[in-house]
Amino acid sequence: MNAKTLFEKVWEQHQVVPETADTPAVLYIDLHLVHEVTSPQAFSLLRSLGLKVRRTDRTLATMDHSTPTDPDEVFGRVPIKVESAAKQVKELEKNAREFGVELLGLGSDQRGIVHVIGPEQGATQPGKTIVCGDSHTATHGAFGALAFGIGTTEVGHVLATQCLLQRRPKTLAIEVKGRLAPGVTAKDLILAIIGKIGVSGGTGHVIEYRGEAIEAMSMDERMTICNMSIEAGARAGMIAPDETTFAYLKGRRFAPQGADWDKAVAEWRKLKTDPGARFDRVVEFDASMLEPMITYGTHPGMVVPINGSVPTRVNDPVHDKSLAYMGLTGGEKLAGKPIQVVFVGSCTNARLSDLELAASVMKGRKVAKGVRALIVPGSQQIKREAEARGLDKIFTDAGAEWRESGCSMCLGMNGDLVDKGQYAVSTSNRNFEGRQGIGARTLLASPATAAAAAIAGRITDPREYLQSVAH
Amino acid sequence: MQPIRTIESKTVVLPSTNIDTDQIIPARFLTTTTKEGLGKQLFADWRYDSAGATKPDFVLNRPEATGCSVLVAGRNFGCGSSREHAPWALVDFGFRVVISTEIADIFRSNSLKNGLLPVVVDETTHQWLLANPGAQVKVDLETNMLTLPNGTSVTFPIESFARYCLLNGTDELGFLQQQADAITRFEQGRA
Repeated sequence: MNAKTLFEKVWEQHQVVPETADTPAVLYIDLHLVHEVTSPQAFSLLRSLGLKVRRTDRTLATMDHSTPTDPDEVFGRVPIKVESAAKQVKELEKNAREFGVELLGLGSDQRGIVHVIGPEQGATQPGKTIVCGDSHTATHGAFGALAFGIGTTEVGHVLATQCLLQRRPKTLAIEVKGRLAPGVTAKDLILAIIGKIGVSGGTGHVIEYRGEAIEAMSMDERMTICNMSIEAGARAGMIAPDETTFAYLKGRRFAPQGADWDKAVAEWRKLKTDPGARFDRVVEFDASMLEPMITYGTHPGMVVPINGSVPTRVNDPVHDKSLAYMGLTGGEKLAGKPIQVVFVGSCTNARLSDLELAASVMKGRKVAKGVRALIVPGSQQIKREAEARGLDKIFTDAGAEWRESGCSMCLGMNGDLVDKGQYAVSTSNRNFEGRQGIGARTLLASPATAAAAAIAGRITDPREYLQSVAH
Repeated sequence: MQPIRTIESKTVVLPSTNIDTDQIIPARFLTTTTKEGLGKQLFADWRYDSAGATKPDFVLNRPEATGCSVLVAGRNFGCGSSREHAPWALVDFGFRVVISTEIADIFRSNSLKNGLLPVVVDETTHQWLLANPGAQVKVDLETNMLTLPNGTSVTFPIESFARYCLLNGTDELGFLQQQADAITRFEQGRA
């Protein structure tokens, strides 16, 4: 038998019809996650053609992108402030009812960011094909699933047929040797990887993250890594399932139970890339020398170590335009730069361990004067778990805001915005112009770096803060 | 979907690299539940000032942009968010072709489903197009050729099935629905 990669195994198990020169493969989709922003037009299409959702049992909907994070709005004590968002919430409620799709709606205690609740509910499993009308669907690849973002037309295709037409992508192995040093996180690693291969370095490829540093990671950390595959241009990123994966999934709502569990694990063990399997490309990376990273520009590949300086480039008008937007100059040191907003949240870094990391920095300290710190858990379940551990108290005692779950300030659709010209250290995934608000200046970093910035009121090396907690 | 065969038009040039879909249409406009009328919000933060007034200097606001259906953009156009609102806005504004050296995967896939043709060209052709905004070009999907004003032609790659759908104005959904028996067999085989 030919040696195969993880991707090839999952792909081949889902080909309803293999691709030919004239037609793409018909690929079966095991799990379709739906949210309020990219689905309304797809449901309208089904309605206009008189079509049903083919597999409601493989479709799971929630609300996250445009939903409020203020408890009074979430639980209906006051109307949702953003009127068009309120309409979108109603629309998904109507569509889910009409088409018989399970909805973890606004008031549900299982609601959350779509890429956080898939794994949390155990719906995300190794070897599955998973799609969602959202580019960060790559997150689910952390479990050894083939998961990628699609557009709304394709959302309609999957609702109607449970399949997609797809050409087979190429494979890219990212081999991460060595271990991360203390205080250096999965977020720092993925930012550094994007900085190395570039924001289109993964275009046309599915990435498999491999090596010692990846194997040593928790599921939360692996999700952070896979989540940002799209920021390197790759639609999907995958990590081979192992004992860490199985331990995470066991007992969750949609995970197989009893004898089915043992059978499933036996199948999942076969998914890892065979020795000698070939990738179209291989990139090697040394994790051991890595430092905390922070972005300085307007795409995630514009990234430097926390104690580094803004690079200078000659005759590069795009670089100059980006720095002008950011209010930075080439050669300037980033550490010490005052900031006004800190956002800990998003599908990249709003899971329990991310909040614990931020809390370990903020515990017993105060958010600097003039800084707004917003902490938005990834799901309602994470919110409850964090509260059970007293993290909410640590944050609010420090002067940070503790909110209901959702995408929130990552893209500011719900009114959680950064003002024009303000610097925001954010644990989210995109520092694009205007992403967090018109004129907002986003600096992407880990939860530790974000929390340290909140306390210091300026960009600072988080390791100083983490070390003082350990004593 | 409107079929595409030949498009002849002057070009509009946005030379920036890595133009992401948040620039093409900012997230605050995604609370819509329809596809219509998004052209007004295309490149909203580049086209309008904070008071909502049109910025006369921005290339899409200049008189020569009127009626242009070919957009030439810097490398890695359409990166970032999967929002199909990006091609919806471009098509509603009047674009039928986007030319670059590299076009992001999800954006390309979304464009093909909305009658917006992504054309990937070599570096030399791209440099010429960037340096000559307003050039009259011809994009022929029947021959996969882009012809420049001096008569030189270059071929561009396009996935064969997407090309068939664009030429005929056909949606892929019909093809998928014809696979219903194969899909049912596949589902039964795994049960």
